[in-house]
Amino acid sequence: MQAVFDFDRVFAALADATRRDIVRRAIAGEEGIAELAGHYPMSFAAVQKHVAILERAGLVGKERVGRRKVVRTQLAGLHIAQRLLDEYESLWRGRIERMTALIDDTKET
Amino acid sequence: MTVTSIRKDPDSLSMTITAEFDATPERVWQLWADPRQLERWWGPPEYPATITAHDLRPGGRVSYHMTGPRGDQPRGLWDVVEVNPPHTLFFEDLYADDDGNPNLDLPPSTARVTIEDIGDGRTQMSIDSRFPSLEAMEQILAFGMEEGLKAAVGQIDVILAETATAEGAAS
Repeated sequence: MQAVFDFDRVFAALADATRRDIVRRAIAGEEGIAELAGHYPMSFAAVQKHVAILERAGLVGKERVGRRKVVRTQLAGLHIAQRLLDEYESLWRGRIERMTALIDDTKET
Repeated sequence: MTVTSIRKDPDSLSMTITAEFDATPERVWQLWADPRQLERWWGPPEYPATITAHDLRPGGRVSYHMTGPRGDQPRGLWDVVEVNPPHTLFFEDLYADDDGNPNLDLPPSTARVTIEDIGDGRTQMSIDSRFPSLEAMEQILAFGMEEGLKAAVGQIDVILAETATAEGAAS
């Protein structure tokens, strides 16, 4: 996961139906790219590209299971509500700071 | 530190933030009731707010726009539901089109403001915000930000629902 959550990247990654389907399938974390590619009428390379986009958005990761590499959904990346609430919190913290400054201002005058 | 507590609930899409001020409830109420004061804190420094109408009565409306660094002016309004000065205020938070009419594409979020005297000349204020959907939440955050957050959020709701089912099945 990236330290800073990139909403644009996450939403862009999830705007594609194939990628949403990959996210769903990869929750089980049992399939590699070759197996995933078997579900879609597209080339291995095309599926690989979709997985790379999801990976950059922090939505899936690759894991080694024995000698295989599987794609697994990073559930934390999907917890959008929590992330949005964190953003909303910082919006209100900013407002409350400005309120405090305003009250202090009027006290001095 | 003026923010004394924060409660965020991703399941009900709600947040309550509580702060204390070294001032009377009447003084804190003025931050909301005086449009000139309201515009000094509502928008972030890079998106200052201008209040163009301010009727803080039940059924009344507060209209504003913000001015961004590139001259963009997103508009918003509150539909006031309940007002009990200097203690409570309840309003619906909406977006407006360029003519100042409410944009009803998304259901509004709501905010309940509670202001209480806690003694020693101090006042506690809490804001309880509720969002009807992830999409509405994302919109609020995109409002007054230079780079609007682009939404495909309705679809995320679906994935999250399916994820919850899959997690349930796995455990």
